[in-house]
Amino acid sequence: MLGLDKKDATLLIVVAVLTLCAPFILNPFPTDSAMAQFNAGYPDLMQRFIIFGIFAIGYNILFGLTGYLSFGHAAFLGVGSYSAVWIFKLFSYNVLPAIGLSVVVAAIFSLFIGFVSLRRSGIYFSILTLAFAQMSFALAYSVLSNPKFNLTNGETGLQVYADDPQWFHRDSLPDLPHLFGLSMRSTYTLDVGAWSFDFNAGYYLCAVIMMVVFYLAIRIFRSPFGMMLRAVKSNQQRMNYTGLNTRPYTLAAFVISGMYAGLAGGLMAAMDPLAGAERMQWTASGEVVLMTILGGTGTLIGPILGAGFIKYFENIFSKINDTVLHEWFALLPDGIEDFMVFIVHPFIGKGWHLTLGLLFMLVVIFLPGGLVEGGQRLSRLLKRRGTKAKPEDSEHRPEEKPHVAE
Amino acid sequence: MDALLLQILNGLDKGSAYALIALGLTLIFGTLGVVNFAHGALFMIGAFCAVTLQRILNLSFETIDETQKDFLGNPLKVKTPYVESWFGPDLGSSIIDWSVPLAILFAIPVMLFVGYAMERGLIKHFYKRPHADQILVTFGLAIVLQEVVKYFFGANPIQTPEPDMLRGSVDLGVAVGFQANAIIYPIWRLVYFFFSVAIIGGIFSFLQFTTFGMVVRAGMADRETVGLLGINIDRRFTIMFGVAASVAGLAGVMYGPLNPPNYHMGMDFLVLSFVVVVVGGMGSLPGAVLAGFLLGILESFASTTWATTTIPGINQIIIYLVAIIILLTRPRGLMGRKGVMED
Repeated sequence: MLGLDKKDATLLIVVAVLTLCAPFILNPFPTDSAMAQFNAGYPDLMQRFIIFGIFAIGYNILFGLTGYLSFGHAAFLGVGSYSAVWIFKLFSYNVLPAIGLSVVVAAIFSLFIGFVSLRRSGIYFSILTLAFAQMSFALAYSVLSNPKFNLTNGETGLQVYADDPQWFHRDSLPDLPHLFGLSMRSTYTLDVGAWSFDFNAGYYLCAVIMMVVFYLAIRIFRSPFGMMLRAVKSNQQRMNYTGLNTRPYTLAAFVISGMYAGLAGGLMAAMDPLAGAERMQWTASGEVVLMTILGGTGTLIGPILGAGFIKYFENIFSKINDTVLHEWFALLPDGIEDFMVFIVHPFIGKGWHLTLGLLFMLVVIFLPGGLVEGGQRLSRLLKRRGTKAKPEDSEHRPEEKPHVAE
Repeated sequence: MDALLLQILNGLDKGSAYALIALGLTLIFGTLGVVNFAHGALFMIGAFCAVTLQRILNLSFETIDETQKDFLGNPLKVKTPYVESWFGPDLGSSIIDWSVPLAILFAIPVMLFVGYAMERGLIKHFYKRPHADQILVTFGLAIVLQEVVKYFFGANPIQTPEPDMLRGSVDLGVAVGFQANAIIYPIWRLVYFFFSVAIIGGIFSFLQFTTFGMVVRAGMADRETVGLLGINIDRRFTIMFGVAASVAGLAGVMYGPLNPPNYHMGMDFLVLSFVVVVVGGMGSLPGAVLAGFLLGILESFASTTWATTTIPGINQIIIYLVAIIILLTRPRGLMGRKGVMED
């Protein structure tokens, strides 16, 4: 199907079904029940799942395939957001041209940055991309928002004001991002008994786009181009010795992942028409690295899993507070209850980042292949009872490199 | 001429901080071959050592002073720090006043321990793993350390004032023959500069003139051979990690009065320090120091009104711009050695 083999086609169909049915799957608890706080099926969060999923899929094409660890991808996301909001300000609230422009601008931007940064590899590459991203952040935050030439609107963030031209805007169209008149915020709520499910136009636009780019990612992974990128990861020097210039390939991978990031930024602006400089900060770049690693670097489904996992738990953990904890541990004797709450307290609410950092360290230390490898290990463990153990999957193991001082 | 000198002086304090952090980073990188993204967090922990000591010294007990009344006519509660009651009011209050310099003594063992624990507990297991993994795990550690500090000390910056005696400014211009008020310079910045010069000198002479330092230098050049000679080089490298951590920590302790410490100060400095290390040349100690001071001074020149009106925002991006140019023209940095991180 669509030029995919059976396994990939199944994967694509599973992802498609899951994303299309997400409003049901993510809302397993009745609205009024105590467990309703674990529901994730509201439009804003679902959109974030998908958008960060796209971001991570794109990042994985660079990091997962070529092994180049970029610490500056948030810059492309930010650039995408800014260009989308500018389309909203100048032309109309229709999301298609906005998303299109954000991809194009991110591509140009990443072509430039990639051209310079890819001259070096390893740690130098990471630091160069970091430097570029921080530079973009500093520029967006301060310089490009001076009164004479206000491109980014600095600390406030770029947004659409009533006196913006919006040349193609007609009164019949909604005053929010829309797709030919269908507002991105329009939501149909389906009530079934105690449950209620939200079907949001913006979410489905994101979902469709994600399926398209996921399909493209599968094709890239399976193409000769993808093979070439993996070859770069496993031994770039040998590639050079065979007389092959690897830079066009790595640059292409860099630009493709930049375009994915720009697309994610454009979608973010399309869901909520504003763009701020903090989207470009290096912690934001770190976040996408976290998602990719947590899910499983170099695997197809991993980045989406990682993005969903992080965004879900970010949301849930930030909502839990001490009262909720006391309810959970109410069965225990009072002293132990207070003690448990005291232990768990630093990790919830505002402490989410602490949990994230710990989780990230644990994954890097014990499970370098991320959640996907964890799943594989589990299934292998279950299978091993009957059949013989298969050889270890070498793709997800870090290769042993000699110590630099040796 | 005096304006030129003033800008150089203005760049010195930031330059000193960059140089100290970059020196520690390079020490770790040169000895253990690890790219430590948690080094900024060590800087921050150092600054919070000063905060902790200040809090400890200010621990007080309350007494009711019958002679004084508050505006409602009740007897006034007076807080007396324990230090003042032990050492007498004069000595006690001056101990509290000097809490930042005293924190140096407090920070050294703390940072040595933190560095030792970090190397033995975590970094040790990452020598054989790719650089990407080292970056990632230390990045995670930096987040954790930062959040722990935030949990205990809150998100707001905490004032750690310098001693009363070292507050204010001196007129440096008069001493070298300029007009009065041409070059006014805060005393603490001067202290910070000399402090960092002393530390840098200390580290260099430690490496140059002691047997321990000689072995460490030999290990940096060829770890395997030193190991074959029957020297336990790993243990020495662990100690060097502790030393590097305490250099970062001391830089943090003394930086408090210049900029009140908050939990993410480390991250802000870390990115710039990496740039400094790369500009100086990966693995080169003099390069790190030189690049630290140069970039600090360059940043201060770029912040002058003349520069910012000619090219708006140049002060924000000058360091990154220089780093990009250096990396593309001199890939090994200013003083980089051949064969370090060339893969």
